Parts: sequence; structure tokens; C-alpha cells
Amino acid sequence: MVDRYLEDGILDGRLDAGDYDGNFGDAHPPLDAHEAMVAADRCYFCYDAPCVTACPTGIDIPKFIRQISTGNLDGSARTIFDQNILGGMCARVCPTETLCEQACVRETAEGKPVQIGLLQRHATDHAMSHGRQFYSRAADTGKSVAIIGAGPAGLACAHRLAMKGHAVVVYDAREKAGGLNEFGIATYKTVDDFAQHEVDYVTAIGGIEIVTGKRLGDGLTIDELAKTHDAVFVGIGLSGVNALGVDGEDDDAVANAVDFIAELRQASDMATIPVGRRVMVIGGGMTAIDVATQAHLLGAQEVTIAYRRGREQMNASEVEQNQSTSKGVNIRHWMKPVEVTRSDSGSLFVKMEYTGLSGGRLAGTGKFQTFEVDQLFKAIGQTLEAGDALAGITLEKGRIKVDESFRTSNPSVWAGGDCTAGGDDLTVTAVAQGRDAAESIHAALSA
Amino acid sequence: MADLRNDFAGIKSPNPFWLASAPPTDKEYNVVRAFRAGWGGVVWKTLGLDPHIVNVGGPRYGAIWGADRRLLGLNNIELITDRPLEVNLQEIKSVKRDWPDRAVVTSLMVPCEEPCWEEILRKVEDTGCDGVELNFGCPHGMSERGMGAAVGQVPEYIEMVTRWAKANTRMPVIVKLTPNITDVRYPARAAHAGGADAVSLINTISSIVSVDLDSFAPQPTIDGKGTHGGYCGPAVKPIALNMVAAIARDPETASLPISGIGGITTWRDAAEFITLGAGNVQVCTAAMTYGFKIIDDLVEGLEQWMDNAGHADLDAIHGRAIPNVTEWQYLNLNYTTKARIDQDSCIQCGRCHIACEDTSHQAITNMIDGERRFEVIDEECVGCNLCVNVCPVENCITMEQIPSGDMDKRTGKPVADEYGNWTMHPNNPMRDAAE
Repeated sequence: MVDRYLEDGILDGRLDAGDYDGNFGDAHPPLDAHEAMVAADRCYFCYDAPCVTACPTGIDIPKFIRQISTGNLDGSARTIFDQNILGGMCARVCPTETLCEQACVRETAEGKPVQIGLLQRHATDHAMSHGRQFYSRAADTGKSVAIIGAGPAGLACAHRLAMKGHAVVVYDAREKAGGLNEFGIATYKTVDDFAQHEVDYVTAIGGIEIVTGKRLGDGLTIDELAKTHDAVFVGIGLSGVNALGVDGEDDDAVANAVDFIAELRQASDMATIPVGRRVMVIGGGMTAIDVATQAHLLGAQEVTIAYRRGREQMNASEVEQNQSTSKGVNIRHWMKPVEVTRSDSGSLFVKMEYTGLSGGRLAGTGKFQTFEVDQLFKAIGQTLEAGDALAGITLEKGRIKVDESFRTSNPSVWAGGDCTAGGDDLTVTAVAQGRDAAESIHAALSA
Repeated sequence: MADLRNDFAGIKSPNPFWLASAPPTDKEYNVVRAFRAGWGGVVWKTLGLDPHIVNVGGPRYGAIWGADRRLLGLNNIELITDRPLEVNLQEIKSVKRDWPDRAVVTSLMVPCEEPCWEEILRKVEDTGCDGVELNFGCPHGMSERGMGAAVGQVPEYIEMVTRWAKANTRMPVIVKLTPNITDVRYPARAAHAGGADAVSLINTISSIVSVDLDSFAPQPTIDGKGTHGGYCGPAVKPIALNMVAAIARDPETASLPISGIGGITTWRDAAEFITLGAGNVQVCTAAMTYGFKIIDDLVEGLEQWMDNAGHADLDAIHGRAIPNVTEWQYLNLNYTTKARIDQDSCIQCGRCHIACEDTSHQAITNMIDGERRFEVIDEECVGCNLCVNVCPVENCITMEQIPSGDMDKRTGKPVADEYGNWTMHPNNPMRDAAE
């Protein structure tokens, strides 16, 4: 074990060089052909299957699993992509335990659902690795659509519009397309640069131009795009990060979880990423889990997630919580930060107040506990951050208001994904909304 | 503990489980392993006259599978033993000497000429084995040479050859029948008429198990070509049970001992054969799938069931189901059932609904008051049992008899309390003739 493992402060190279690959390898390795056949055999091919109802994109799950069991892997992948062109990523990142696999009748029967997520990965990996393209562009309609944000919603929207024969330009603020798939998901959930392979697979249909490094509000305005295109789709996600609202949170050792996750995803060598020996994460969602788990995998010796409510209220699924705690992360409930200060030794003191419910509302108890840490991550949610760029578009609870066909208050602007009200911060939901918005845009442009 | 000792046509074995004439009984090595494992007897793989036959050098088997590649049906194009006659005879002699308490029966297949049978029977008798089984069953290869199923498909030949066999040996003669005929009672009667001490059935069913879709050739494929083979394994059990029952019920052959063969995999399968009239059973595919160790549960499972049910020995269960096999026309048409779904064990897969809705009687709901729920509609349910068979949860759906006098909501009439079959039914134009 290297000496830096026990050293306080925020340091890189805490582990032996050889340990990083194992720590950040595929969290859920793919099924091999035999495992897939055995897993597929377990599907009952239910009528009006509950798993399909539970899937935000409505993939015909019994059909694609039956196609795996009959050896029709190409057909299986097509069944998935028909509904969800990002089915490969969703197979990796969907919280299936709260969606399709929770609804599986074998979960009801035995507590062991059909491994739908892994089977979906089996089929989509096959098709993508063999370069199978199932869709082609319809005849050019002469219409063009601008899409802002090359994340799951934007890519799904772009693909469906391209299928319809429209010309699509996708703008993204970052240097790479993919959005949260590229920057926001824990490294071990999507290894081997899968997000970029998927962008290539989606855009291979043709008619989709991706322009990176263009941020909404920074030389790019909706009004201008609406003038030069026939429609605009906004899928910009949530780029703002909620502040803790406590003294001391501007300290250098206090960081945004989403930035850390993005840094990890883009790193070519994990040993170069500095991390504290003692790390605290404030939050209760998937981002909190992802940052805590990865900090631990980087060599942080003591990692604690602190959440202001109880286990049941955490947005992170039970499975995700368990995976994180099984790796050594400690989850503390019912406490919130009230102050961050520097100790004489250079570490951080995070003063926490125990919380509880008072008259049904969350309240401080007046009892405190102070933790000494090297690094503090904020993971208490993201916000829509576009400033004046969204002027003229109605918001609802801080997100873009859309109708049932994902049209905004501006009739030539549609929106989908996390930036809209009513989203549930899931990749798969963003895909469904992007796809459905495309259908609505196509209907409007065809009218 | 139930007594499983078996006396089949005078051949004694410690239990009723014999290995059928097939690859597992082709050599002393295999047979000794089987006896060590606990098998009650073997029918040695079919001997022929020298020069011995040759087998293909390529694949001999094809299969179909169920979930998790469970082997359900096996097809083979192997012929009779491809070893010299003398080698087999020596080994049979040696095995019988070393295992006197086990049944050793020798399967035979030679051309339809009496001197051939006389010759081989004399040689086989010299081994000291317990009996012979005349192979009139194999559907492939040998039948093209006028043997196997070519004999078994012509009752006159069966009777003739059986008579030769009986004339040329004092050993018990078992005649193995082919299922590749229209009515198994005729070959069984022929064997009986020829003096057979017993019949055994079924041999394999003529089959092409699959076609390779790249080469467009039947499987197993030998240098680009395939041929029909013999089909066996769990998939053929229902066919075999029916044929065993047909012979057991036939007044002409009711007294003829039957060795039951066909897809027997578990003690339960064996018990079913015995209740339909089999005096013992022969197993092959199950052993070829799992090895000889399955004999443990074949024996222990049968013993346990017999003990629990109070059956002291095999005679206590032999033929017990025969009186309950009848013709369709004698089934009680007034017997009425309805499906019942246990909502507590229902896992909401909906297979009962879609099977009934798409392919049957529209008698199971899928939605009640906006909730996913599967309930039987008595007004439509004909009691067919399809929902029971497609339900993945055992005993979730059961068939409940509607007591006589109660209303059958489908017909709108009370269930009649008297027995009434087709021969008595007003819709039967032949009713008067039947009476």
C-alpha cells in the first residue's frame, strides 16, 4: 500500500497504480451468450407486460427478450432501438430495480426479476459492436431543426427528426457531445468510452450535425435559432448546482459533485485525480452516491454521505445505496450542514445539526456533531441555469414548462429532459421526451 | 420400505429399472458401471451377425431443448452394436457371471431367415444371460436392410420371427415394438400369437429433429446430408404411455407382460408406466443426459411414494390406472368444471388471459375496475384447462367441479346429477345404433 493512503489532505495517487483499473472497471459486466440464453428463458412473455408499462420509453421488453431466446439478436436490438435509440446507455444506467425489474412478475413471484437491463445490454451491444444500423433518413423535407444540448434528450430528438427527413443541428456547450451520458455518470457504469460510441451510432443515420463549444446565451440565442431553423428543441439539462447556503462553503476544499464526476469521466489516468482521505458528501440522490463511491474507489479512506432525511426519502435507489455501502461508504441520515470552517491543521470542520420531523416538516433539533474532513462535496441537486437566454419562455418551478407534446410557451420551441418541469432526472425519461418532442415537431412541420 | 423386487416374464431383478438397449449397454465397461450405480438390469445393445455393422464417423445425435437447454428430445442415427459378435458375447457372459442378481437381457437383430435366428440364439444362450429382446423397432438404417422396424411394421413377420425365436431357445423372449405404425395393438397381438413372453415398447419414433439453416441439411449432418433417425427422450413419453395402455387394455394381450419404454426420466414417470400396465421400465435418454446416478432417485423416489401411499410392492400399483382409461365416447359429458384463479398466488403475468382471449373462450378478464386483474368469467368458461397449463405458477389456477344441481352459468342450466355420455347424447345421430 502506498504511503499516501493515510495522509490527510487532498492528494492524488492514493492507491497503487494497478488498483485503479479494477476499481473503475465495468460495475455490471455483460452477460455472455450462455448467460443471456438462461436469463432470457426466465421471461414469461407476459400479456400487457408490467415491465413495458414501467419503462418510460415503453420498450417491448417481452418481445426483445423472446428475440434473444430465439437467437434473433439483431431483431432484439431493433425492438429496443425502435423505442429508445439510446437503449445501450439506458441498459447501463437505468435504475431497473425501480422500473422494469421492479414490475417484473418474477420479482413478485420470487424476488428475482428477469435481468432485463443486462439482457438489453446484451442485444444492443451485439448490434452496436457489429455496426448494425436499422434506420435510414426519409426523403429530405427541406426543414431544419436546431437542438440545444447534445445529451440524452437532444440526441433522441435528433435521431427521430433525422428519421423523418429533417436536417438537424445539435449545439452543445461542452467540447464533446453526450451530455450527462458523457459527463454525469459514474465511470464504472459506462466504461470504454461507450457514451461517445453511442453518439457516433446515433448520428450515423445522417442528417445530424453536431456543433460543440456553443453555449446557449453565449453567442447562441433561441430567437436567432428560431429564425434560421423551422423549429428549436431545448434539452440543456440542469447546469446549475444548488448551494448549501452555509458559511464557509466557498472554501477550496468544498466542491460540486457534478464537476468531480465529470472530471473523473474525462480523466485518462485516475491516479492523477486528487481526493481527500476523509471525504464528506452532502445529498441523497444518485449524484451523491456516485461521487461518494468514486471518491472511495480513488482511495479516500473514510467517505460519509450525510442526508438531511431518512433512508426511505433518499432519491438514490436502495440498490444504489447498498452498492455504495458495500464498497465501504458510510451513509448518515437525519443531519444537515450548518457551518464549514478551517481547522488549524488545515482540514475542514463540518458542523452538522441533527434533524427530525416536527409537525411533518423537517426541522433542526438543536443538537450538533462536527466532522473533520479533507474534502466536502455538494450533491443537493441541480438547477436550470440559462439566465436571459430563456427569456420569453414560461418556467414552472424553475424549469421549462411544456405541454403534453413537449412544446413550450413559444410555439416554435420544444423542450425535453431534466430542464423541463415534470422530468424525473432519469436518462431514460429524457430519451422518451426527446423522442416524443421530435414526433410533435415533425407533426407541426408536416402540417 | 416398499418392496421393489421385480419379476418380469420370469426374469428377476432387484428393482424394475433396466437400461434399454442402446449406447449405455454396448460394453461391459458401461454395464458394470450401471450395476455398480444400482440399476436393476440391462438390455444389452442389439447384437447382429458378423461381419458387424459400421456406424457413421460423424455426429449421431440431434436434440431439441427447453428452457436452460434442458434436453427434451433426442434423435439418433446410430445403428446396432458395431463391435464383433464374439466380443459382445464374451462380455455378456462375464457380466452375468459377476452380477448374478441383475437382469441381463440381450437384444438381437438378424435377417429374417430362421437359420440366422437359430445361430445367434444358440450363441447368446451360451452366455447364461436371462433372456432376449427381439429388436423389431429401430426405424433407421437397419430397416432399409429388412430388419428392425421393417419387421415390426408387418404383424405377420413379427409372429413368424417370434415363433422362430421361441422354437430355438428356452430363454424368455421379449419382442420390442416400433411406434411407427397406426395401431400398436396389431403388432402386439402378433407377438403374442408367435408365443412371445413379453413385449417392450416403444422403440424410437422416426424423426428429423432439425434442419441447419446455413447448409439446408437435416441434423445430425454427415458430409452435407442427413437422414431420418429415431426420436426419444421426455418428449415421447405421452406417446409411449398411450401405446402401453392400449396393449394392456386389449383383451387379446391383457395378460402379456409389458416392459415400458419412452422418455422415462423420473420415478414418477416410471410409476405412471407401471400403473398403465408396464411390468417394469427401461430407461435410456435420461441416463445418457445425466449419467447412471439418476438411479438413486428413481429407486428412492418410487419407494418413498409407495411407502407414503401404502403400496407394499410393485404388484400393488401394477395396472391400477388401466380401468380408468376409456374411450372418449364413454366420458361423462355432465361432469362440469370451471377454472379458479387463486389471487394470492397470481403473479399477474396475464398468460391465462391472452391464451383464453386469443385462442379459446374469452373467459378470463385482464382488467377489473381499471386494475390489472385476472378472473374467470363463469358464463364463458368451458373448463378446458388451457389456463392451468400455461400458468407459470403451479396450483395458482385449478379446475373446480361444479356440483350437480348447481347452475352452470355458461349453459344456463343446472349440472345434471346423472352420468351421461356421447352414446346417450341427443345430438349423437348414432345414438340408437350405440344403444
